[in-house]
Amino acid sequence: MDSYNFHWNVVWDAFPQLLGGAFTTLHVSVLSMLVGIVAAVFLALGKMSNSKILSFLSSIWIELSRNTPALFLIYMAYFGLGAYGIHLSPYLSVFAALVFVNGGYLAETFRGGFQSIPPTQYNAARSLGMNSVQAYRHIILPQMFRRIYHPMTNQFIWSILMSSLGILVGMNDLSGETQRLQSSSFRTLEFFIVAAAMYYVIAKLVLFAAHLVSKRVFKGELS
Amino acid sequence: MNLFTPISWNDAGFILTGVLNTVYISVIAIFFGTILGLVLGFARAEGNKIVNMCLGGVLDILKSVPLIIQLILFSTFIGAMGYPLEPFVAGSIILSLYTMAFMVEVFRSGFDNVPAATKKAARSLGMSYWQTVRHISIPIGMRSVLPSWIGVGLSVIKDSALVSVIGYMELLRTAEQLISRSQQAVMILVGVGLFYFLISYPLSLYGKYIERKMTR
Repeated sequence: MDSYNFHWNVVWDAFPQLLGGAFTTLHVSVLSMLVGIVAAVFLALGKMSNSKILSFLSSIWIELSRNTPALFLIYMAYFGLGAYGIHLSPYLSVFAALVFVNGGYLAETFRGGFQSIPPTQYNAARSLGMNSVQAYRHIILPQMFRRIYHPMTNQFIWSILMSSLGILVGMNDLSGETQRLQSSSFRTLEFFIVAAAMYYVIAKLVLFAAHLVSKRVFKGELS
Repeated sequence: MNLFTPISWNDAGFILTGVLNTVYISVIAIFFGTILGLVLGFARAEGNKIVNMCLGGVLDILKSVPLIIQLILFSTFIGAMGYPLEPFVAGSIILSLYTMAFMVEVFRSGFDNVPAATKKAARSLGMSYWQTVRHISIPIGMRSVLPSWIGVGLSVIKDSALVSVIGYMELLRTAEQLISRSQQAVMILVGVGLFYFLISYPLSLYGKYIERKMTR
């Protein structure tokens, strides 16, 4: 077995750049999640609407995002749109692909959450004298939010992990930054070990934060 | 000299290699991921706290580090240690382990779904522990996991696209090479997307169908 000499100094020197990359990773994940949530609300409403066209269009988005690889969608945004003269930056291509996927997955989550609340609850709320808005505000949405909270956290973690595909289009996120740094220093192993550890820590921190938030907001009554 | 040549029927064989390689590595990863997942899922469902903590920690790493980083890290690592593996072998190993990490949870919930009373009844009928596992836990537990198993399988097919980073010639990589030669990005990419969709969509419909049948 060849002995491999680890050189960690290079990595520590480049640590600020790695942190910068981690910031970009979080940045693109948070933004794509927020825009994805908005898109998902409309998609879920579209899919449940009585209009056949709306429902069909929403289905196309949802099924395409769920049944094709995220890397394919990033290539589509990067190379595909490029062929039409729309040159997206690596950041925007990854962002667009993540929004597309997050929207599709979350739409199904929202729809499932909404349909898991029995319609009788709405009727009961109305018969208690609540109007439609009150019924949603106090009865339907709080329960629905409890049920979709956990899948939403998972989707956010997924976004963070999948934004690492930015490495393949030259984005300056954590993985892309790692790739750039290792190619100039040839300390591939060291850099990727640190990058892996950083992704792990980010994922754990997000989970921990989500746990704290759920404790405060739901007061332990997470279904 | 013309640098870019449009795609022609001669490229069909090249794309087909990519298609077959994608299917090949996915099947291998799902196969080994399922077997390992079944064993470890059983260990998690039946094991004590210590077993669960150790297993949980390792699986957590597999699930919390991006697949692409795992692939690069593993192939660099074995290279640096002096045992370089072919991209296909290295990719299969990591993709199988990654699949396993998700399969473990699928099977664990399957085993957890078997009512304790049923297992106790089997034991009181004179079955040994392993007979109970073989004839009661596995048949009953596995029935409920099929939809989630299909879900994990589908995500593996999609994630297999990432094995291209360590040089495995799967579908997306063949497509990428054709694009850089022919500059016909849209046509090739749409074809590739269609292929993934045609595999994934029917299976996901089937998964939903079974799920609906079960809950009824």
